[in-house]
Amino acid sequence: MTEQKDRELYRWLRLIREFEDRISALDKQGKLMGGVYSGKGQEAVTVGFCHDLRWDDWIFPLHRDLGAYLVKGADPKRLMAQIFGKRDGFAKGKDSYLHGGDLANGIFGATSCLGATLPVAAGMAYKFKIRKEDRVAIAFFGEGASSRGDVHEAMNFAGVHRLPVVFVCENNFYAYSTPNELQFGVDNVADRAVGYGFKGEVVNGNDLHDVMKAAGKAIDRARKGDGPTLVECKTYRYHGHSEHDRADYRSEEEVITWESRDPISLWEIYLEKRKYDIAAIRKETTGEVTRIVAEAVAFAEASPAPEGPEAMEDLYAMPIDTEAP
Amino acid sequence: MLVTYIEAIRQAMDEELARDGNVLLMGEDVGVLGGAFKASAGLQEKHGADRVVDMPISESLIVGAGVGLAVQGMRPILEMQFIDFISCGFDQIVNSAATLRYRHGGQTACPIVVRGPSGGGVHGGLYHSQNPEAWFCHVPGLKVVAPATAYDAKGLLKSAIRDDDPVIYFEHKFLYRRIKEEIPAEEYLVPIGKAALRKEGRDLTVITYGAPVHAVMKAARDMAAEVDIEVIDLRTLLPIDWATVKASVRKTGKVLIVHEARLTGGIGGEVAARIAQDCFEELDGPVMRLAARDVHTPFAPAMEDYVLPNQEKITEAIRKLAAY
Repeated sequence: MTEQKDRELYRWLRLIREFEDRISALDKQGKLMGGVYSGKGQEAVTVGFCHDLRWDDWIFPLHRDLGAYLVKGADPKRLMAQIFGKRDGFAKGKDSYLHGGDLANGIFGATSCLGATLPVAAGMAYKFKIRKEDRVAIAFFGEGASSRGDVHEAMNFAGVHRLPVVFVCENNFYAYSTPNELQFGVDNVADRAVGYGFKGEVVNGNDLHDVMKAAGKAIDRARKGDGPTLVECKTYRYHGHSEHDRADYRSEEEVITWESRDPISLWEIYLEKRKYDIAAIRKETTGEVTRIVAEAVAFAEASPAPEGPEAMEDLYAMPIDTEAP
Repeated sequence: MLVTYIEAIRQAMDEELARDGNVLLMGEDVGVLGGAFKASAGLQEKHGADRVVDMPISESLIVGAGVGLAVQGMRPILEMQFIDFISCGFDQIVNSAATLRYRHGGQTACPIVVRGPSGGGVHGGLYHSQNPEAWFCHVPGLKVVAPATAYDAKGLLKSAIRDDDPVIYFEHKFLYRRIKEEIPAEEYLVPIGKAALRKEGRDLTVITYGAPVHAVMKAARDMAAEVDIEVIDLRTLLPIDWATVKASVRKTGKVLIVHEARLTGGIGGEVAARIAQDCFEELDGPVMRLAARDVHTPFAPAMEDYVLPNQEKITEAIRKLAAY
C-alpha cells in the first residue's frame, strides 16, 4: 500500500473513533435521546470492508456500524443530525441512529430485527446478477443475529444463485449479554458457510490488514461473478450493548486484553514500522477529525427539529385520500 | 373475453411482465410448475427464469429480497403459495417493507406486491383457509386489496404492480375457478382505494368484500321482494373508501358488514366504529356484523360450514337488520 492510502485508512479509523467518543459524551451529557450503540473497538471491520468499495456498491450496516456510514460516503453532518433526530438527518427525525440509510450513497438503513437486512441485500444482489452489473452488496450482521432465520434464508438463496454478496459477521463475542457459547454450537459462525455452498473465512477483525485482505478477496470474488463469501471478523466492542449497559457480564481482564489489541494502536504500530513520522501524522489527524466531528455536532444542534405534523409525511409514495366527513 | 378469476390474475401478471422489464414474479414453485394453483402457468417459459423465479421455501427471504429489488427500482410480485404462510414473512412486511420509505425520510419507494390464495370454503383446514387481511390493515405504509370478481382481480393486480407502495393482495381461492366473467379484451386498471357499488338499494346497506360478495349479491336478488338491498364491495381494505361507505349508509340508515375473516379484530369492527361515529344521526338500527366465528377454520365440512358465513346466515342477518 502507498503511504497516502496508509494514512487515509488511519484517518478513517480515527474519525470513526472520534465520532463514537463524541456521541458517547453527548449521551452522557443528556443531549441525545433513545439508544446509542457504540461500535468503539470494531472500527477496523467497517473501514476494511467499505474503503475500497465503489460508490455504486451497496452496504447493509448493522446498528453498530456508524463507521460504515462514514467510510461509504455519508456526510458526517447529516449523520450527526440523524443521531440527534433532526430534520437534516436521513430519516428527517422519524427514527434515529442507523435506521435511516443514505440511499444516494448506497447505504441501507437497518430495522431493529437484527439480520433482517440480509434477505434485502440478497435480493439486491440478485438484481445486480440478472442485470449483469458488476456491483456488490456487503451485508453486515452480528454473531447474535446469526441465530435468526433470516440469516439462513438469505445465505441459502445467495448460495443457490451464486450472488454477488459478501456476508460480514462481526463477532464481538456478546449479543447484548449472551456469549458465543450460548448462541451457537459451532466454533465459528464462518464454519456454516460450507452448508450454503460457499467459502467461509475467519479473520482477526481488529487487524485492518487481515480484514482488508479478506475483504479484497471476497469483494473481488463477488464482482467477478464467483459468488458469495462469509467472512467472520473476531472483534470486540469496548462499550456495552448500548450506553446504558454497564456490561458487567464481562470480566475486566477480558476487556483489558482486547484493549491491548486495539485496531487503531495496531495500525499505528504498522505506520511506525513503515518509518512514517507517526507523531506528525497523529497530530495532523487529531486536528482534522476533531474539527470534522465538532462541525458535525454544531450542524446537528443547529438543524431544525421536525414539527409534530411532519410525522404524517413520507409514509406513502402514492398517497390515496379516501377520507370523507 | 370469458375468464376465470385465476386466469384474470395470470393475465395481469403476464401483461405487466411484458409491459415493464422491471417486473418480476418470485415465489415457491411459480416457475416450472406454474404455481400450486397455476396462477403463473406459462409465465416462466415466456418471460424467462431470471424474472419468474422459483424460490426456496423462505417466505421471509422472498419478501426481504423483494424489498432489496424495490430499492433498485424493480417491481417484484411476491407469491405466498398459500396466504397462510404470509406469517413467515410478517417481519419483512411490517418492519422492513412498510417502514422502508418512512424510515428513510422519503428517499425511496417500495413497489412490491405480496399476493397469494386466501380464504376457506374448500375444506383446506387450518393452514389453507386463512383470511389474515386485518393483520395488515393495522400497518401504516401498506395498502391492502381483496378482489371479488375476475374483472377486479385483473385490474387491481395491475394497479398494485404499478403502485409505488407495498400492496398486499388477497385473492380468494374459492373463487379461482368457480366464477367466470366477460372482461374487456383491451387493457384496463381498477384503482386502489375505490369501493364498488355492486347494487343500488333503498332499505339497507351490506358492506362486504372477497368471496362473500357473491353470496350477498345472491341474497339481494333472492330477497328483492321483501327488502331493497344496497351492496358495497370494498375491494380495497387499506385505505377504505369512506366516501362511498358513508354515502350509502346515510341513504339507507341501516348497515350490515359481512366478511369471511374472524369477527374479533376484523375489518368490520373498524368500519362499524367509523359509521357509528360519523353517521350516528342517520342510523336507523344497530351497525351489524356477520363474520367467521372466533375459532380456527376447521377441516370437517360440517364444522367449516358452522364457522364461516354462508348464504343462510347472510339471509338471516339481513332479515334481522331489516326488521329494525
